[in-house]
Amino acid sequence: MAVFSSLADKLQETFKKLKNKGKLTEADVAEAMREVRVALLEADVNFKVVKDFVGKVRERAVGQEVLESLTPGQHVVKIVHEELTSLMGSSQSKIVISPKPPTVIMLVGLQGAGKTTSGGKLANYLKKQGRQPLMVAGDIYRPAAIKQLQVLGEQLQIPVFSLGTDVSPVEIARQAMEKASAQGNDMVIIDTAGRLHINEELMDELKNIKATVHPHEILLVVDSMTGQDAVNVAESFNQELGIDGLILTKLDGDTRGGAALSAKAVTGKPIKFVGMGEKLDALEPFYPERMASRILGM
Amino acid sequence: TFNKTIDEDLFEELEETLIQADVGVNTSMKLVETMRRRVKERKLKDASQLREVMKEEIAHILVGDNDELGLNVDKDKKNVILVVGVNGAGKTTTIGKLAHRLKKENHRVLLAAGDTFRAAAIDQLLIWGQRVGVEVIHNQEGSDPGAVVFDACKSLASRRDNVLIIDTAGRLQNKTNLMEELRKVGKILARELPEANVEVLLVLDATTGQNAISQAQLFSEVVNVTGICLTKLDGTAKGGVIVGIRDELKIPVKLIGIGEGIDDLKDFQAEEFAEALFAEEEA
Ligand SMILES: Nc1nc2c(ncn2[C@@H]2O[C@H](COP(=O)(O)OP(=O)(O)OP(=O)(O)O)[C@@H](O)[C@H]2O)c(=O)[nH]1
Ligand SMILES: Nc1nc2c(ncn2[C@@H]2O[C@H](COP(=O)(O)OP(=O)(O)OP(=O)(O)O)[C@@H](O)[C@H]2O)c(=O)[nH]1
Ligand SMILES: [K+]
Ligand SMILES: [Mg+2]
Ligand SMILES: [Mg+2]
Repeated sequence: MAVFSSLADKLQETFKKLKNKGKLTEADVAEAMREVRVALLEADVNFKVVKDFVGKVRERAVGQEVLESLTPGQHVVKIVHEELTSLMGSSQSKIVISPKPPTVIMLVGLQGAGKTTSGGKLANYLKKQGRQPLMVAGDIYRPAAIKQLQVLGEQLQIPVFSLGTDVSPVEIARQAMEKASAQGNDMVIIDTAGRLHINEELMDELKNIKATVHPHEILLVVDSMTGQDAVNVAESFNQELGIDGLILTKLDGDTRGGAALSAKAVTGKPIKFVGMGEKLDALEPFYPERMASRILGM
Repeated sequence: TFNKTIDEDLFEELEETLIQADVGVNTSMKLVETMRRRVKERKLKDASQLREVMKEEIAHILVGDNDELGLNVDKDKKNVILVVGVNGAGKTTTIGKLAHRLKKENHRVLLAAGDTFRAAAIDQLLIWGQRVGVEVIHNQEGSDPGAVVFDACKSLASRRDNVLIIDTAGRLQNKTNLMEELRKVGKILARELPEANVEVLLVLDATTGQNAISQAQLFSEVVNVTGICLTKLDGTAKGGVIVGIRDELKIPVKLIGIGEGIDDLKDFQAEEFAEALFAEEEA
């Protein structure tokens, strides 16, 4: 990831010029904040999120601590890193388990984000913890979406509930709950079709599924390569549907992943897992500090 | 919410609009610098003029040196369209739409299910083949993609069909093994169909941010990417990252995807695209 000479280096350069002045002025800090801003924008953190964030960092940076530091550049990076980490919240790869089984998890998001794959990974993860998940094929639109889930189910030896493509997803979800009760599945994972956050009809469909099966966890699956649009998507899904957390996919790539910060900032919901590959065991807990380093190219 | 005159605030607003459209901070700053020069050169006074000039500039970059932005498909030749890109970008769907379009233009189209890896990827392409009414050369899930491509090349050579569209598995551009596998597919094409017109279409998801630059760069290193299809432009993302890609890497955008339906594929229009970059703020 050497695309980006590290923010630390750049800031070091910035501050070198001021070395002899002995004192950091507001203008000096402003210069450093410009570098921070560029670094975050290059990482695809949303524009407005960057604005707020830089404001917050500026306040801290103007203080004594930086002035007295021998290496003000690194000091500013440290502040930026700390603030980023805290913004992204704590490590929370917990799924809330309902005291009254089954626990219902619904996966939602844009087309191609990684919902179906993440559903398989999640089922695999839960099975390894001794649970008995049922996967539900709630995508009746995408060609071979049901088959895709069934193939994953076969690979994992986990049952898949499907009623084909002629029954509404709401009805599929409802009947899946009956099936889970009858079979004694303690986890139900509902795959849904990819959809645009501005598609009212399909957003209503999700609301209806929610109203019918009352999921304990509605997880928004977000592609970590997403750009500025991540805030629109996350905000809409959260407002329309009320999400409980995020899954960030495709982090095995070389993206800096600023979408993580954007989605977290606008929803306030925790990032629960990250996808680290196409294989069904490539699901990991989310570490805010690592993500902060990654966004900063460190 | 616009100032009528050209001032610092306006330049700042322009930069913000570009960044929010995923043009990227460096390309955006560069464009704004160009605008400062234009304002002086042309003695522009009015804010609305400035936005028009900006759109022209972007459209100009996107059109590039050649005005041949269309797909390179020739009725009197054998043509291969190799479709590549990262996971979930829209490759398979684009192939379905493209096959439909070419068939309507009286081409004889053949598809190859080169994604033998992802669960039910072959079934997905088979369904598209059925919808469009074209044959799909395929093998078992888990089999060697090179073998399917080889078979498909043989079929194209021996039949009356004139266009072969090859689906490939999604791969992230930093996965060396998978990228080498793709390079091999490219070599098979060159060897088996040396006379054919080859178009390598990189599918980019418009919701992608700056990582698209790395995608364009690294895919171009293993196969000779000749065009981009920018998908999912029916959402709220603007896909502005292609401005920098066109400018730096000289890869033209040829097609856009505007939905999941069979007809949701359009030729890329630079002016329309530039217009849309500023659409929200004018609304
Ligand atoms: N490298 C990588 N690929 C992933 C990851 N998660 C999903 N994918 C791939 O991304 C592509 C899309 O994944 P799907 O699970 O089909 O996405 P989806 O959100 O269900 O897609 P739709 O149902 O069409 O909306 C597939 O090629 C997956 O293998 C990940 O963490 N890393
Ligand atoms: N809204 C919208 N959705 C699209 C568009 N193009 C593709 N999709 C959807 O995006 C999702 C992924 O599309 P695919 O064609 O499976 O993508 P892919 O690149 O072949 O994915 P992999 O083979 O898993 O890497 C599907 O749900 C498609 O229906 C588009 O232009 N607009
Ligand atoms: K995507
Ligand atoms: Mg799916
Ligand atoms: Mg595909």
